[in-house]
Amino acid sequence: MADFEAMATTARRIRYDLVRLSHQTRAAHLGSALSAVEIVVAAYWHALRLDPQAPDDPGRDRFLLSKGHAATVLYAALAHRGFCPLAALETYAVDGGGLPEHPSRGCLPGVEIASGSLGHGLGLGAGMALAGRIQGRDYHTFVCLSDGECNEGSTWEAALFAAAQRLDRLVAIIDYNKWQATGRSDEVLALAPLAAKWAAFGWHAVEVDGHDLAALCAALDAVPHASGAPTAIVAHTVKGQGVSFMADDNNWHYRIPTADEVEAARRELGLA
Amino acid sequence: MRNAFAAALEAVAASDPRVVLLSGDIGNRLFDGFKARWPERFYNCGVAEANLVSVAAGMALCGLRPMGYTIAAFMTTRCYEQIRVDVCYHKLPVILVGTGAGLSYANNGPTHQSTEDLAILRALPGMTIVCPGDASEVGPALSAALALDGPVYLRLGKKGEPRVHDAPPAVTLGEPLAVRAGEQVCLLACGTVLPLALAAADQLAAGGLSTAVFSHHTVKPLCEPFLADAFTRYRVVATVEEHSVIGGLGSAVAEWLAERERPAARFCRCAVPDEFLHAAGDQHYYRQQFGLTPEAISARVRATCRAYPGGNK
Repeated sequence: MADFEAMATTARRIRYDLVRLSHQTRAAHLGSALSAVEIVVAAYWHALRLDPQAPDDPGRDRFLLSKGHAATVLYAALAHRGFCPLAALETYAVDGGGLPEHPSRGCLPGVEIASGSLGHGLGLGAGMALAGRIQGRDYHTFVCLSDGECNEGSTWEAALFAAAQRLDRLVAIIDYNKWQATGRSDEVLALAPLAAKWAAFGWHAVEVDGHDLAALCAALDAVPHASGAPTAIVAHTVKGQGVSFMADDNNWHYRIPTADEVEAARRELGLA
Repeated sequence: MRNAFAAALEAVAASDPRVVLLSGDIGNRLFDGFKARWPERFYNCGVAEANLVSVAAGMALCGLRPMGYTIAAFMTTRCYEQIRVDVCYHKLPVILVGTGAGLSYANNGPTHQSTEDLAILRALPGMTIVCPGDASEVGPALSAALALDGPVYLRLGKKGEPRVHDAPPAVTLGEPLAVRAGEQVCLLACGTVLPLALAAADQLAAGGLSTAVFSHHTVKPLCEPFLADAFTRYRVVATVEEHSVIGGLGSAVAEWLAERERPAARFCRCAVPDEFLHAAGDQHYYRQQFGLTPEAISARVRATCRAYPGGNK
């Protein structure tokens, strides 16, 4: 039985790291990282079969952060999960530091791919899922995409390929926070109805509240789907979730929090 | 050359179970033998080259040795970012095979011609670029590519090119392959133009210019000691390629040459000019328009020799 209370506490700690790191390094994309916190917590503290001490185990489940601009959410999750010391987070976005603003493969143990340019992760994940089938391994491959990333044609190329190959151990988790860099994601391109699009592309598509850890864990537990189709979890989220003055305000795609705002966020998150 | 690739693929796949082929919806009958032997190692990725490259990279991240195969223009210019980020940034051993290199598919028009692929791929860190000069070079080149632990672009022609070598030659990536000896002129042929270079060499020799020909199959990395020797030994060194004059082998040599001090030899580039043709025509027609015939190549070389009778000396 998952300990959702402990996971929620972890989520709050990760959120504070995201806010703090953005302030400290003046690195953008805070709102995009905050919306994906429960997704990474459900993955790393519940769904993924992994051992932080053996990050290269060929049989491990893979988690790919395709929306690489939310890098801090992945870095913080790996650090809190024990893949590296928490101190490694302090090398984020500093000259000569190990953690770039967009991940490079292996910059921390557990960072599976380089990402940053959108529309790459699902194809990489499809290749990993197919490799697993060829090699007789039963691992799962989870790919976290942004909704803006669903603008990219290559995402839909990968979706068609995965459906044709019936990659039932491939899971796309779409962090559907309804914003992209400069506008509402349903208005910039006609994204809605998003789950129906994934279903039309041959995926088993489900919709969940992307901040409800129990709902996310249940959806992740249901993989692989009996139909043999890959699974798309359309996670309805709020950009900037967890900090009242950032929530659903797209200025926080690029805005950097002040010291006072970091302190306000810390109080809201209930951290000492 | 395509058939030679299919045969070479079967040969390497038989000894290396990591080899997987990803096709971009071409080669319908070409890979029947491979598919029959290893159905679980052949995937038609459809007309979706960007995804093909990403899938290949994902497979390579899991220890497989994928090869992508489609028409050269679609294998490169269509999906450049996937090659750059997914393959090269990750330093992955993915072999991208482009068939119909250069003007091979001239009759299909510029959409199907591949005359910028070397230029864009040359700029990618870690990329090795190999252009076999005839079908006999394909097998050794593929084996050499598979022995590398990084990205490779293998640029092939189509089918029915003249064979130059009687038997598969030893191919060492990065080392130009001597095909004919000569003393005054040196032709560096990149890929499918090797037979043209040999014919041009015949004409030059008939006119009294002893001409060496090399299959300069590896465009990247360049063999600098070889070039240093060639530009000392000959009066004229010329590159020949079915690629834009911008960015291909000629450019690579020119870039290297520009930083040398007083090379002995003069240099000229025989390549596709910086333009698209809008007329219909086959490969021979296009070669004629672009100065890529034995006559045009030998004329260029003779003119260079006349203008600089002693080279740079």
